[in-house]
Amino acid sequence: MPKTRVGIGSSLVLALGKAVRRVSRLRRSGVGGGSAFPGLIVETISPNLAPSILNNLPYGVVLISGTNGKTTTTKIVSEILVAQGLRVFSNTTGSNYMRGVISSLLGEVSLSGQINADIAVLELDEAHAVSFVRHVQPRYSLLLNVMRDQMDRFGEIDYTADLLSVVAAHTTNAVVLNRHDCRLASLSKRERPEGVPPVHSQKMLNEGERLTADMRWFGFAPELASVFLQDDELWNAAGHKDAPSQRNPALCKAEAVLSSADGAQASFVIDGKEYHTKMQMKGAYNALNAAAALALVRTVLSLEGLANSSINENLVSSAGRVEGAFGRSETIFVDGKSVELVLVKNPGGFRLALDSYNSEGYDTAIAINDQYMDGCDMSWLYDVSFKSLRSSGVQVVSGIRAYDMALRLAYEEVPVRTIECNLKSALKCLLAQRKNASCRLYCTYSAMLEARKQLLSMNQVVEVNRHD
Amino acid sequence: MTEGVLRICHLYPREMNIYGDCGNVLILEQRMKWRGISSQVISCSVGDDLPSDIDLMIGGGGQDSSQLVVQPDLLSKATRITRLVKEGVPALMVCGMYQLFCSRLVLKNGDILKGLDIFDAETVIRDTRLIGNISCETEAFGTVLGYENHGGHTHLQQGVQPFGNVSVQRGNNGKDKTEGAHWINAIGTYLHGPLLAMNPQIADYLIVKAYEYRYGKAIKLDPLPDIDQTLVKNLRMVAQTRPR
Repeated sequence: MPKTRVGIGSSLVLALGKAVRRVSRLRRSGVGGGSAFPGLIVETISPNLAPSILNNLPYGVVLISGTNGKTTTTKIVSEILVAQGLRVFSNTTGSNYMRGVISSLLGEVSLSGQINADIAVLELDEAHAVSFVRHVQPRYSLLLNVMRDQMDRFGEIDYTADLLSVVAAHTTNAVVLNRHDCRLASLSKRERPEGVPPVHSQKMLNEGERLTADMRWFGFAPELASVFLQDDELWNAAGHKDAPSQRNPALCKAEAVLSSADGAQASFVIDGKEYHTKMQMKGAYNALNAAAALALVRTVLSLEGLANSSINENLVSSAGRVEGAFGRSETIFVDGKSVELVLVKNPGGFRLALDSYNSEGYDTAIAINDQYMDGCDMSWLYDVSFKSLRSSGVQVVSGIRAYDMALRLAYEEVPVRTIECNLKSALKCLLAQRKNASCRLYCTYSAMLEARKQLLSMNQVVEVNRHD
Repeated sequence: MTEGVLRICHLYPREMNIYGDCGNVLILEQRMKWRGISSQVISCSVGDDLPSDIDLMIGGGGQDSSQLVVQPDLLSKATRITRLVKEGVPALMVCGMYQLFCSRLVLKNGDILKGLDIFDAETVIRDTRLIGNISCETEAFGTVLGYENHGGHTHLQQGVQPFGNVSVQRGNNGKDKTEGAHWINAIGTYLHGPLLAMNPQIADYLIVKAYEYRYGKAIKLDPLPDIDQTLVKNLRMVAQTRPR
């Protein structure tokens, strides 16, 4: 496909955007995370520019969305494709909406609109994905899950599922879905899951929008069902014994199935054969993200004619080598002590994080804020069970809503040593606990950004190691 | 201190569980346990029978689509639930369950869902959602704090006692400055938080009323200073400074 060059007007817009981006990055040293302001400029002046650049890529755009796992899965997909020899453009800094994508693009694109990439792998927030796909049709999309998250922002889970139905409708080649998530599975059948009447189905789709692409699946083996509770089972977080299970997995054939996940290792079944790998990223949920990534990559490679027979083993070992994404689960060393930052955004994510990490030998802290990006209604904390922290206790509870979290822990009979709302003081306290213990901080988004900043500034010579 | 098993009936936990209101159940269980009162939580979801003994009823918020599934089942239990409320069984119904305890619920498409009519009030689902931190003045419980998030606008009929009073753009409908409803020992409210985390005095009220219903005795509960005088007190101080 011949590469098109953009006209002079567009080159000027790109130049402006790039200049603004350079200035804005100089002014924001140290914190990390992308600014979307340059993207806003380009989007306002020339709204078709970014879409035309992306639409001209040889293998098009791959879009990844869903409640949990977007950033990590996007990173895994990108790195597997790079290992296969493709040049990948991705928005891995967490700016998962159109302006953020454009800002990332400005760092890679030349003034003539050329970008050194074969394919774009983009993470998009569910709410922003709708307007994105109406400008840029992805060839492939991966929809990870639909779970309760920021109810003050999304209102209802069905609404989130409706947003993703628009993404699916605009995907041209194939949509890869989580076969265990009933709302996602229902996108394929165009009907609601059993027991829920068809009130909201497809209500977000415009006239003429409907799902036409191929459907592919990823999933986990039945033995892992108790690890990966779906949203409809989360209500039993408090563990009431008379709760009936309503698990009814649609065990359709999947491109990749997670068959085991044990701390540092994982196994995947692809085409009937099982592959094992060590995992740099620990945690069962990261292993499932890897399964999703493998399913997506297999789909892209086979439909684009890039697959070959020995490939599966390479894909799995590439997935195993990927290290944790920015701020999702990251370890920062301060004076020789390690502090693992674990981002928690919603009940499902917090639950999986607690299940994935053993608290023995760790000093644990939790920091909960309530800003827009964290979720403003503290009720969500009661959809998570904290029983697993009873034996080790929590050394420090921090954040704007430290007391809400401390109360939550009190009602779950988890001992708490210190409550300190100020995150800087809390981190100092955490680091001073036990000489030989490592530290782990579960934090909501804005608390994570603040914690990173504080920890990195505590060290003159910074040693940052991203693993897990 | 006291003996006995109080039975908490959790209505529709499977269908109406989207806003963390199940936390209210945990809080009640713990506050009873710490006072030496045993409790048993019985879930009653669509298709289940109401338990034979009920001393306290709890229900939480859910999605609009869940209400469609719950409503017919709830109406089939109307006679018994209404009788229990009239006999003085305490109840806390939040958000979607509050709406179903009212007379009727008018959906966006104009369909009408009949409710239990325990609160003489009508709810209309509108596009304007009332979302944010909220503070509510009540006669029985003082200042009640919480977080509301609803598209249903509830209008109480003449003479119906609200749960509390709020400023405009908050509460039942954003206009008449009322929040929730309170009849005998049944409370309906839009407040999440969860409600009993931020306002433990309401939890203790429900426990006392449940005990009175079962054993005919009014009891005084031991205070819980570690919880209420430190954690809750500070939590509320912070919550009251947060923006809408």
